[in-house]
Amino acid sequence: MEEVDVEPSPMLIPSTGFHQRHLGFEWGPGDLLVYETNYKLSAGSPLVHVVRKDEDICSPILRKLFNESHLIFVGLQKIKEDVPSKNKKSQFVSISKNYRSVIRACMEELQQNAVSAQDGSLASQYGDQVSILLAIELIWNLCEVLFIDAAPAGSLLLHLLDWVRLHKSDVDARAREVLQSESPAQHQSYWDVPTGTQTLTEFDVKWRHWHEECDRCLQDNTFASNRHLETIVKILVGDEDTILEQKELLSTWYHFLVTRLLFTHPTIKPPDLHYYAQSSMNMFLGPRAPPEPLDIILLSAFEFDLHQVIKDCSIALNNWWFVAHLTDLLDHCKLLQSHNLHFGSNLREFLVLEYASGLFTHHSLWQLAVDYFDHCPEFGRVYLELQIERIPLDTERKAIKVLRICEDRQMSEQVRSICKIMAKRALRNNRLGSALSWSIRAKDAAFATLISERFLQDYCNKGSFTDLDLLDNLGPAMLLSDRLTFLGKYREFHRLYGENRFSEAAKLLLSLMTAKIAPRGLWMTLLTDALPLLEQKEVKTRTTHALHSHFTDEDIESTKTELLRLALARNLAMAIVKEGTIET
Amino acid sequence: MDPTAKYISQKISRTRWRPVPAGLLQQPEVFAAGSWDNESNRVSIWSLGDNDSDTDGEFDEEPRLLCDSEHDGDVMDLQALSLAHVWERAHRYSCDNAPCTAVVCRSPELVSVGEDGRVILYKADQTEVVRVIENADSSTIHAVTFLRTTEVLTVNSIGQLKMWDFRQQSDSPAQILSLTGDRVPLHCVDKHPNQQHIVATGGQDGMLCIWDVRQGNTPFSLIEAHSAEMWEVHFHPSNPNHLFTCSEDGSLLHWETTSGSDMSTLLQRGWNSRVVSHSGVPLAGEDDSVVSSWLAGDSSKNRLEATHMLPSQTLSVNSLDVLEQCLVCGTDGEAVYVHRQLPV
Repeated sequence: MEEVDVEPSPMLIPSTGFHQRHLGFEWGPGDLLVYETNYKLSAGSPLVHVVRKDEDICSPILRKLFNESHLIFVGLQKIKEDVPSKNKKSQFVSISKNYRSVIRACMEELQQNAVSAQDGSLASQYGDQVSILLAIELIWNLCEVLFIDAAPAGSLLLHLLDWVRLHKSDVDARAREVLQSESPAQHQSYWDVPTGTQTLTEFDVKWRHWHEECDRCLQDNTFASNRHLETIVKILVGDEDTILEQKELLSTWYHFLVTRLLFTHPTIKPPDLHYYAQSSMNMFLGPRAPPEPLDIILLSAFEFDLHQVIKDCSIALNNWWFVAHLTDLLDHCKLLQSHNLHFGSNLREFLVLEYASGLFTHHSLWQLAVDYFDHCPEFGRVYLELQIERIPLDTERKAIKVLRICEDRQMSEQVRSICKIMAKRALRNNRLGSALSWSIRAKDAAFATLISERFLQDYCNKGSFTDLDLLDNLGPAMLLSDRLTFLGKYREFHRLYGENRFSEAAKLLLSLMTAKIAPRGLWMTLLTDALPLLEQKEVKTRTTHALHSHFTDEDIESTKTELLRLALARNLAMAIVKEGTIET
Repeated sequence: MDPTAKYISQKISRTRWRPVPAGLLQQPEVFAAGSWDNESNRVSIWSLGDNDSDTDGEFDEEPRLLCDSEHDGDVMDLQALSLAHVWERAHRYSCDNAPCTAVVCRSPELVSVGEDGRVILYKADQTEVVRVIENADSSTIHAVTFLRTTEVLTVNSIGQLKMWDFRQQSDSPAQILSLTGDRVPLHCVDKHPNQQHIVATGGQDGMLCIWDVRQGNTPFSLIEAHSAEMWEVHFHPSNPNHLFTCSEDGSLLHWETTSGSDMSTLLQRGWNSRVVSHSGVPLAGEDDSVVSSWLAGDSSKNRLEATHMLPSQTLSVNSLDVLEQCLVCGTDGEAVYVHRQLPV
């Protein structure tokens, strides 16, 4: 077994463990069932707890995140492979921005709710969710800059500046004002350059020249008279100690990093970032403060270690949403090496499967999960097949939707099983028409036979058919099973008889017997039905002979036998006479 | 113009406009949405805010929640009524409650149908039900609509349309219509606003059928509208040359028929559908100019055009409602789409 990366943190379950009860547990698809148990019988009813790891899935505002990102995910999968890579890159960047805007929208709404919430604990809960989303967006944005957009040297720093400024403004509006007044962005001449009018080397030369000049001015004590101006110029030349003195304004080590790079190394190349990142973090945080998980994740990003970023995020967050979507996007950008895991699928598929499985446990969001499973080529289908049968089906409409999902994916096993559940339920509630319509959908001949048997039983008990609207209008569905065909035809026989169309009725009855689709138990009934027909004048010799022959095959009660024999003989006599008579 | 989307954190089973007083030519502003598949379902009322657009004619108001209330079980259908009442256990099996699938009202009368195959008539101000047609159907009744004041039409899951006349004492339908061929379950039905004998239905296979209930046993037109179950079909209440359908396949279609001056065949044009039309015998005694362009005829002057109303493929569109120039629909992707400038 692998070693754990972090020590698992204990979780307290309220009101358990009293009265010296033991605890048993059982894993569920997304949660844990914990129950109190004891060897001895004791008074009082034991408690059962359902422990869920992911509470975010229940938040109504985060649900919007899940739904909107689902749309973006599906759109991403549809991007065709044959588009040239330059166009694809811009598409991927815009998709990344879409994801981020969805995160920000959620964040804003949560923030509004946190401010307006009456309940203190609710407000703090919202606040926690806001800070998690903030961190997520921060990481995503950095990944977009470094990996998806893959900014080259020169524009890299610009992007990083934007990144820091964007997130800085979230945290501290007041500091932003102060900062902007000191920001070198105000120096127009400084920013003339990286708009692309000059090449990187030209800019580099000019910048060094300017830097040397500032340095020289400092040495010459040109600014000695004005302390503030001296500080500013010291910052501009990238004197780290001076910058560090402005710690409160900089609030984070990555802000310090970017500031430092701005003044010492504006043409930084991506591979060189990590050295500065590590040292900035050390300088900023100092020897006593340990780095937080977020800091470590950002550092891994600066070191271009994608797998470490994903791994650390997976551990730190309690919901797979972020890592699944980010990894999927990075995989589309072809940035992940095919890193095969022990159980055959790759990292992207593993994360998407985990996320989707979590979604599936939700009473409502399971529909989103289906699309995610569809885009996991190795195991998606199997996961879907196993999970889709477990959805509780309270109404027919829900069952119809689940069936449509299964039929679209040719999951015939699941279709049959779900239809059978619905048909059985209908049968139990005496809804024979519904039961039949479910059997027709599943093309379940065996169940159709069962339903027909039920009808025939009812007929034998009551002497008449129920649900005539169904039986009279079976249509081609009649052919689904022999028993069903018999039922339909038998009902037709009754109808013909009722309409006094005796010769047709007799022919039908005969064909039923000849085709041998009548169940054995009903042969007696059929022959008894034939009795009154034999009295009718229109029945012909041939028919009578045929009926007679069937009758002799049977082994039946004696009184009835006598009656039938008599009837048949009389009919035969009548028919012979009639056919032999010549009308003059 | 694209419809505006609003995510409301619940899967939407029904959306309905609040009716505007006739003759005022106002655009509807308030709609109700019902949710399904939640642990606690809700009926919520939303307002679209100011009716006046800005100078450039853009409506960018998102729907705002006015109020909502809890609802036991999935919200299956919504209708606007001025009084409120609850009829408990109206639909039931012998040992359990049965889902009620649809409700229609023509004030003050209400009719509901359910999975138990019952048709129940209520009056809005009476606590007792007025009439129950037991065993109206051996299968589930999916939808119901009023044809005349005392007549309703129901559709069921074995592909039949049944007409019920409440003036008759017997519990059997006045008429039964169905497709020859496969008995595909029918999910929705709507009556032509001006001509009560013309009815449109949609079913499990996504086929849109137009029927003339006075004539014969088979529909006049069959159109392959969608690739999955059609959940709702609506004639536009004031301009019945327009029809709207929504489906499990995630699309919402706007059908428009342009008619010639005489009776003409309904032909499908371009867009991957085919029409099977039966030879329509000209109805005796009917004024030609009044005959609806939906019924089949001879020449090819008629055309039917369909347009997608939603910008991209979504999860199933469960419900739609049209009133004047506004369309509202709800999807399983937990989004409500509102379109305020329908080309009708």
